[in-house]
Amino acid sequence: MGEVKLMKGNEAIAEAAIRAGCDAYFGYPITPQSEIIEYLMLEKPEERTGMVVLQAESEIAAINMVYGAAGAGKKVMTSSSSPGISLKQEGISYIAGAELPAVIVNVVRGGPGLGTIQPSQADYFQATKGGGHGDYRMLVLAPASVQEMADFVDLAFELAFKYRNPVMILSDGVIGQMMEKVVLPEQKPRLTNEEVIEKYGDWATVGKPETRERNIITSLELDPHRQEDHNKKLQAKYRKMEEEEVRYELINADDADYIIVAYGSSARIAQKAMDLAREKGLKVGLLRLITLFPFPKKLISELADRVKGFLAVEMSAGQMIEDVKLAVNGKTKAEHFGRYGGVVHSPEEIVEALEEKLIN
Amino acid sequence: MIIMDLKEIIKPENLIYTKTKNMTDNPLSYCPGCGHGTAHRLIMEVVEEMGITEDTIGIAPVGCSVLAYEFMNIDMTQAAHGRAPAVAAGIKRVWPEKFVFTYQGDGDLAAIGGNETLHACNRGDNIVIIFVNNAIYGMTGGQMAPTTLEGMKTSTSPYGRDIHSMGSPLKMTELIAMLPGTYYVTRQAVHTPNAVRKAKRAIRKAFEVQRDKKGLAFVEIVSNCNSGWKMTPNDANDWMVEHMFPYFPPGDIKVNGKLKI
Repeated sequence: MGEVKLMKGNEAIAEAAIRAGCDAYFGYPITPQSEIIEYLMLEKPEERTGMVVLQAESEIAAINMVYGAAGAGKKVMTSSSSPGISLKQEGISYIAGAELPAVIVNVVRGGPGLGTIQPSQADYFQATKGGGHGDYRMLVLAPASVQEMADFVDLAFELAFKYRNPVMILSDGVIGQMMEKVVLPEQKPRLTNEEVIEKYGDWATVGKPETRERNIITSLELDPHRQEDHNKKLQAKYRKMEEEEVRYELINADDADYIIVAYGSSARIAQKAMDLAREKGLKVGLLRLITLFPFPKKLISELADRVKGFLAVEMSAGQMIEDVKLAVNGKTKAEHFGRYGGVVHSPEEIVEALEEKLIN
Repeated sequence: MIIMDLKEIIKPENLIYTKTKNMTDNPLSYCPGCGHGTAHRLIMEVVEEMGITEDTIGIAPVGCSVLAYEFMNIDMTQAAHGRAPAVAAGIKRVWPEKFVFTYQGDGDLAAIGGNETLHACNRGDNIVIIFVNNAIYGMTGGQMAPTTLEGMKTSTSPYGRDIHSMGSPLKMTELIAMLPGTYYVTRQAVHTPNAVRKAKRAIRKAFEVQRDKKGLAFVEIVSNCNSGWKMTPNDANDWMVEHMFPYFPPGDIKVNGKLKI
């Protein structure tokens, strides 16, 4: 077993980035995720692995530093919280359009506007439907524990490079601030410059030798037919993600009459709610989403053939519920429950909602 | 007297000047008379002459030079509007041994990208910024830029720039020269053969500053926009000398980290 530590979720992400062999982190402070850059600055990863850490002048600059460095074939990451992620949307759209690998962490807080620094899951639409301009998708991973904050960093980089696409780790203020035991991953070596050129020299801006054509990182294509072709290529990539990358955890579904669908900290609370419901004799299962895009459409559609209803539990006024309803497609009931604006629901509230909205 | 026919003249051994191989054969998309083509060529010649072609990465902006990567035969990244210095900083931090430069217009660098410019200069990011200032937004059809002169008519200042409501033309180059992170700051032009030679020497010096890891090097090139200014190329150059140079005087502003003004 690897090194075990008691850490905040934000610290675990930062340590995992160093251990994933990340080349650079560019960020800007914002609550509730500032511990990520603070931990990295304190830890001096430049001395440990050669990883660069830079505090940018804004979230906008940070995501554009990520764009530049990712386009140059390096493993780069940024993090922020909701208002800061809004500022990054233009850059994320460019990263998706130019097909670059990058990892973006959002430790979500309540909105809209400056909102609150308390936890929320109200950035689901922004994360899963594009967020910036144009037809694009990010792969979205939703950690539900400090352990997963650590584990998903390396997974996010693997997926980002596999698809040459931005990957978002969509966390929230609960998971970011909470302390738990975490088994840290082993240290992966950073790629050497020679290895970067060997692996990504066919597309990245690593300097043009005479032996090849120049590499251009751009999302611009003025010819609409070629832009449409580029979009078709992107769409094919997103369909492939939907085929191959759906990740979830299904608990107590075999005999379930009702399924709670949740992710992140809501899934932790929903698990307790499921236990309380079972004590009452209600046959309740839990579908915990790990990927939010791609979304487990097929699984929910199959479950909809045999269960009496779904309850989407999320700390928002109702965002993920739309995807649940699309997958259920009217075959059975699908309802939403969630507290929002920074309020975290209790397990008892979830059981009450189950009974009110689906059972009684 | 030796008389050569055309076939003789174009023999490789008789050529006294050839286009740098760092420029592609794509036809330039710039208006005839525009300074961008000359500025492109000078940078690419310097990169070739310094033997750093394989180690140079350029950043194309939003604006007329958005397609600079079609003309410069090196690895290039196209940046979002104003963000070129941040993109360059990102690349330079992960490839510190490479040469990284941005190529930006006045709207890109001094308006929407003012913050990125200021902070890259203040950090002393070891990059070269080439700033082509023609006092107008060329690509979008001649709107007012932060560098548009007082009284100058553009499509968004049709009665002339009123400095009381629209602000004064921004001297970004003098402003960033005040920051400790900049090591070499100069203003050049490319309207005469003599100016072109001087501009090339300045660009060379800027890349040498990067090579020697001294900090940020910033080369402004005051240029024309005959289409946006609605003038013939010659008239535009004359107008530039008469009106732009008094406000944006060519010459070194900071050399070896020391202010010259």
